[in-house]
Amino acid sequence: MKKAKIVKILKFHTEMCNGCLECEKACSQVHFKTDEGGEKSAIQIIKNKGLYKMIVCNQNGLCIDMCPVGAITRRKTGVVSLDKNTCIGCQACVGFCPFDGMKKSEERIEPFKCISCGSCVKACSEGALELIEVKIDDIKEVVYHKQEA
Amino acid sequence: MVEGQIPFELYETGNTKKNWNIKKIKTSHKVLTEYKYQKNEIKKGYANRTLYVNLSTGKIKEKKVTEDMKKKFTGGRGFGLKLLWDSIKPTTHWDDEENELIITTGPLCGVTQYPGSGKSLCVTISPSTGIICDSNVGGFFGPYLKFAGFDAIEMQGKAKDDIVIVIDGEKGKITIETALEEETDSHLLSEQLTYMYASEENEKSRQKVSVVSSGTAAENSYWGCLNFSFYDIRRKIPRLKQAGRGGFGTVLRDKKIKAIVVKVEKFDGVENNPADPVTLAKIGTKLHKEIRDLDRHQCNMRSVGTVHLVEIMDEYDLLPTENFRFGSFPKASNIYSQEFYKFFTKIIPDGCWHGCSMACAKTVDGFTVMTGPYKDQKVTVDGPEYETVGCGANMSIWDPSWILEFNFYCDTYGIDTISTGTTIAFCMEMYEYGILNKERCNGLELCFGNAEASMELIHRIARGDRREFTQVAGKGVRRLKDWLINKGWGNKQFINDCGMESKGLEYSEYVTKESLAMQGGYGLTLKGPQHDEAWLIFMDMVNNAIPTFQDKAEALHYYPMWRTWFGLNGLCKLPWNDVEPSNNAETDDPSKVPEHVQNYVEYQNAVTGWNVDKEELILQSERCYNWQRAMNVWLGKGCRKNDWIPYRSMGPVTEMEYKSRSERYDNQLVEKLGYSENKIEKMDIKEKMNILYDFRQDQYQKLADAVYYRRGWTPNGVPTPQKLKQLGMSDPKMLKILQKKIDKDEKAGLNIWGGKYSIEEKTPSKDLHYWKNGINIS
Repeated sequence: MKKAKIVKILKFHTEMCNGCLECEKACSQVHFKTDEGGEKSAIQIIKNKGLYKMIVCNQNGLCIDMCPVGAITRRKTGVVSLDKNTCIGCQACVGFCPFDGMKKSEERIEPFKCISCGSCVKACSEGALELIEVKIDDIKEVVYHKQEA
Repeated sequence: MVEGQIPFELYETGNTKKNWNIKKIKTSHKVLTEYKYQKNEIKKGYANRTLYVNLSTGKIKEKKVTEDMKKKFTGGRGFGLKLLWDSIKPTTHWDDEENELIITTGPLCGVTQYPGSGKSLCVTISPSTGIICDSNVGGFFGPYLKFAGFDAIEMQGKAKDDIVIVIDGEKGKITIETALEEETDSHLLSEQLTYMYASEENEKSRQKVSVVSSGTAAENSYWGCLNFSFYDIRRKIPRLKQAGRGGFGTVLRDKKIKAIVVKVEKFDGVENNPADPVTLAKIGTKLHKEIRDLDRHQCNMRSVGTVHLVEIMDEYDLLPTENFRFGSFPKASNIYSQEFYKFFTKIIPDGCWHGCSMACAKTVDGFTVMTGPYKDQKVTVDGPEYETVGCGANMSIWDPSWILEFNFYCDTYGIDTISTGTTIAFCMEMYEYGILNKERCNGLELCFGNAEASMELIHRIARGDRREFTQVAGKGVRRLKDWLINKGWGNKQFINDCGMESKGLEYSEYVTKESLAMQGGYGLTLKGPQHDEAWLIFMDMVNNAIPTFQDKAEALHYYPMWRTWFGLNGLCKLPWNDVEPSNNAETDDPSKVPEHVQNYVEYQNAVTGWNVDKEELILQSERCYNWQRAMNVWLGKGCRKNDWIPYRSMGPVTEMEYKSRSERYDNQLVEKLGYSENKIEKMDIKEKMNILYDFRQDQYQKLADAVYYRRGWTPNGVPTPQKLKQLGMSDPKMLKILQKKIDKDEKAGLNIWGGKYSIEEKTPSKDLHYWKNGINIS
């Protein structure tokens, strides 16, 4: 199996964002076939000290080694993806993600996440979102931590 | 394997590959009984029926779980007690036909959102103690048993030849099949059966199978444990967790059960059909976050599991070394957690049930076996856990490799590391004093630190060696003590003081000499000396937070009840206090971890749809706890004399022990007993030891007085009909049994305090019949 070296991740240009949340609506359309956004969206825009901030998965793959059933894998495209048919809903990935990139909706037990599909980018009329390519080796992290001295 | 993010297909353990003809083995099975059942949905945590299998008659039937049963016994161990009560006689011996081996689940068992939710609870009459033993264990079997349709399985009778019981949750079918060709030792048998019964030849299918097995040493000792498998899709082997204490594996093999196999068709995160899955996911995620942020600064369970305790115990003089003579040792740093960390395979989600991010089930892969029938093979060792390392210390074995060897063989031979280690440590001490010697041990030089001799004894037990020493040793410390005394080897009191057992069960690995409350935690228990009812050493000894008898009694009421609760629900206790919220120290009662108690209140409500509070959780336990004690009374035990503990667990038995901590003991004679320093200086060591001996024995009896009083039992430690009625456990048959016992005790003059009280000292109550009016002390 050929290992992916590059992955597309979302880049956010805060100065261009107007807070319209069209990105969230587009995202919830992808994951739940609804334009509710909010907890049904893998991308989240929040206002923090007058500035907009994006909360979304950065594809670093910390969650891969958390999954007891192997439901989270890095695809050929480099994107970290959760197979909801294999997932047993334990929420370990949700709890362990250091920046809330793994999402959980009340609608179903299995979490969901950004798959770098670009729907939000298309939905943003201000050009505040962009998909950029990064080297996986540069962003990859592992959950396991060394013993503290 | 340190870089992480390896696709699970590519993981390698480096273990020796096996070459079995699984199809051929399966073809050799003869189906003795087949039983089809209707598959049901689980409702709010309950499958609402249990499974009964009789191996003598081949009869299989379903039993309904009633609302009354849930109300009284909650589930898990409580259900086990109820099923056993309905099936055995007060005269039932562990190897009688009617003794049952029961495996139960509990309403919260199988939840994946909250860490530590996959425990099975086993209940039987124990070969070691002759009373009820309960043991909790991880692995997939419990959850799968429930998902297959049953809250519990009870196995009665005995098969003629080796059999397997197969619960096929996919087809709704139970079979009893002969199983003569399989291996017996667990690391091989569990793998054979997993491959044999998986519906398809892939990892996902194998993960839907779980096997309960034991091993060859379980057949020839009283230490038999049950190995519960959980298939690891990365390592591609079934890993093992043990129901260790009390000889369950011995009962399993006595019934000629080689294994119990369960498989499920599917499972998702809401297989239990919880009443409120949203709340469940929220509280579970909150705990995952706590573990993520705090574990590395607290217990480091995710890195090294329970082994993190070794250095703490050594530092506080609590790590049992040389048969509990000492609590620390100069070589102990050789077996600190960082030494095992070097062996553990990293970056694998090491939970023994899905969703447990505490992940304490550490594993050594590709370990090269050094002795015995699997010598030179590379295997996976599940563990070691703290207790197993503690056994190493107790045998004075300070080499991690030998502890791994000991761990591997105990597991695969199906014996409990704790009972095995504590018994061998006792033999080693007796060897040192010449009470045992090479000849009496059939050629084994069982001196402290001799790892090879220890392993050889274990191999002999597994091989069914008929020589006298092997036969007696495998039955544990109590039988060994009797044997030595009967042979006239050594002084009777000395042997009884050194042998670390109570009720017939071997002590687990903590030194309790300086914590009276913990002595009670081991002695004033239902099944025998283990640390799962109470762990009060730090609260008592280090923080001095429970100074009076009344305080200690309150702790020995609350904690055993609280800890019992986990066993009624199918939960692990570790996520309760092996990670604590960052503000826990500022709460009213930090040792109870109030925020986590609240989590459990919400958790039980979210699954069952009940509306209970934290007081009700304790009541759930009190019902079953009292019932179990009452059943022990019914079985002819369960009173003060059965709560006896050996002096080694209370104080220094030998001069060497006294001298090694003489400053501590001399100070106590001054501070606690009022001797002047001058007088102490003039006393010889024997005199000082005798004074301490009497004092500590009396302290323990006074503690028992206070605890029995707090629990609402008679001064002889018998639960009263009044108490049981108060708890709603008013089975007339049981009330009559208890009343009869109490009347008998009254005639025999046993309803009196056990401690010797001076005029200034207060007994727990002025009235010796305080229980008669059904007082409510809670």
